[in-house]
Amino acid sequence: MGAAVLRKDFESLLGGQFDWQSRRAPELAPTGVSGVDIATGGLPRGALTEIFGPPSSGRTSLLHSILASATARGEVCAVVDAEDAFDPPSAAAAGVRLEHLLWVRCGHSAEQALRSADLLIQGGGFGVIALDFSETPATGVRRISLTSWFRMRRAVEHTPAVLVSVARQSNAKTCASLMLECSRANGEWSGARGTSRLLRGIGVEVARRKPGRAVAARFEAKGRG
Amino acid sequence: MFACMHGTGNLTAIAAEFSPLVEQTSADTVTLDVSGLDRLFGLPQEIASAIARRMREVGVEARLALASNPDAAICAARGFAGVSVIPYGDEAKFLAPLPVSILAPSAELAETLERWGIRRLHELGALPPLGIAERLGPEGLRLRELARGEAERKLAAIDEPLLFEDAVELDYPVELLEPLAFILARLINGLCTRLATRALATTELRLRLKLEAGGVHERTLRLPVPSTDAKAFLKLWQLDLEAHPPVRPVIDVWMQANPVKPQAAQSGLYVPAAPEPVKLELTLARIRAIVGEQRVGWPELLDTHRPEGWRMAAAPTGGGVAVARPASTRLALRMYRPPRLARVMLSAGQPGFVSAEGIRGKVLELAGPWRSSGDWWTAQAWSRDEWDVALSDGALYRLFCEERGWFVEGSYD
Repeated sequence: MGAAVLRKDFESLLGGQFDWQSRRAPELAPTGVSGVDIATGGLPRGALTEIFGPPSSGRTSLLHSILASATARGEVCAVVDAEDAFDPPSAAAAGVRLEHLLWVRCGHSAEQALRSADLLIQGGGFGVIALDFSETPATGVRRISLTSWFRMRRAVEHTPAVLVSVARQSNAKTCASLMLECSRANGEWSGARGTSRLLRGIGVEVARRKPGRAVAARFEAKGRG
Repeated sequence: MFACMHGTGNLTAIAAEFSPLVEQTSADTVTLDVSGLDRLFGLPQEIASAIARRMREVGVEARLALASNPDAAICAARGFAGVSVIPYGDEAKFLAPLPVSILAPSAELAETLERWGIRRLHELGALPPLGIAERLGPEGLRLRELARGEAERKLAAIDEPLLFEDAVELDYPVELLEPLAFILARLINGLCTRLATRALATTELRLRLKLEAGGVHERTLRLPVPSTDAKAFLKLWQLDLEAHPPVRPVIDVWMQANPVKPQAAQSGLYVPAAPEPVKLELTLARIRAIVGEQRVGWPELLDTHRPEGWRMAAAPTGGGVAVARPASTRLALRMYRPPRLARVMLSAGQPGFVSAEGIRGKVLELAGPWRSSGDWWTAQAWSRDEWDVALSDGALYRLFCEERGWFVEGSYD
């Protein structure tokens, strides 16, 4: 008996056509930045999201916003910090509830970061797991094989966790379900040159590179003052 | 319902696994109150078989008897081999063939009974109580009650402090962690079973390893929540001993559990899922083995303006300084740890060119100096001037200048 016949019989038993191919749309978690949420719909749970861009492009500000949003919902989050660059006062100022945030400080080792993230995914119960490779040199992150990213993607599948990777460039390629590229549009400085000035913030442009066609959003990250 | 064990071995420990009311009747006899165990095991026969099974497991050789009162159980355990269960109301009939000597009468009373030809319990039980009272006094009456299996009394329970500890002296020194794990598993399983039977759990396990040629290796395992998960404890000990192995072979293992009430929590339907505490502790122990101690935890802000004013807590305490959530997205700072020593060329008293490890560029925009200082009333006084700069390499940095020179503290991102 062919597969088509079996399918027809089964469908007749169910009383209609059954959609065998399409997957259930993933649940989305808001980023806390309304412009980005409108452009992307949010971050898919049980999938890998990549945030990348050059230094000072607002990647970490976006990550802090994601963590602030998740911890405000009462979710427990984790930051796996490959270069030991996470600044708790800065995160707290962004609204991250530190009592809901686990911080893993890896000693400048991408391999340690991957193994730690893998253990956290396996352990379960986290709302957001962020892998921070922002300061890791591009050559160091490129050494992570695609197999490792694929394994990570498989591990997070069917879990409610949002896995976020932050780096200078896209590394996970096909393994990422959502890719957000950050770039700095401008720096806001107040006051005249030569007098007391203040870094008021930066304008960040976020472009969705995957899935679908590119969609851009913009937000302001406020600095001192 | 009462049970009595008569034999050799650590009878008290087995009895304590089944009941909190245990009486050390004599050196070789232990009596326990098993009332209520029917809800756990069922019929008295099933309670008896559970106790007998446990005795076999730990290698204790003893007779066992169950009866409606402690003394009938004691008589049956001393008088009959194997396992005896006396049905309620049949005590006198059951004990009838036993010799009077089993009641351990005084020498004078034993001689009198011998002279009367009273040798079995049914013969003693059949004597009229008034006559016994007149001729043998209160002791005689007491013996008659015992012979008929009618004596009622309360157990003189052992008032032992709740101490959950166990030790194993090894036949030969153990050098590797793998064989040691088997011994640890045995101790952990025993302690967890004992804790569970008392409806208790533990938050702290202490391990003391006596080493060959003297010396002791002591470790303590602390859990954020009470648990009796033997598998998790074993894995945590394995990870701990891998990180802190004993320096010499082990000849003796001692373990103690700190008993606490188990935590019962009902999670809400709409409360987001959180990592299961014991599983999280295991995950953190595994991560600590990868990244090192003190490098995993929950950051807490300290009440200070000093740079790096935070500490790492092993478990979330909620004791840090609280910060209100801002209305808009904040510009994040990424730290260089340690700060990068910089060469700064000044132009009109302000940074004009910055060069540090991995950073080099002309200053395009700058803000500062922002002078900050603190703790001047202590020996750890600090003071520095901070600058926010945009360099020609395209990034924004925070510089600071202090007594030791110029440093790049981090970058804005």
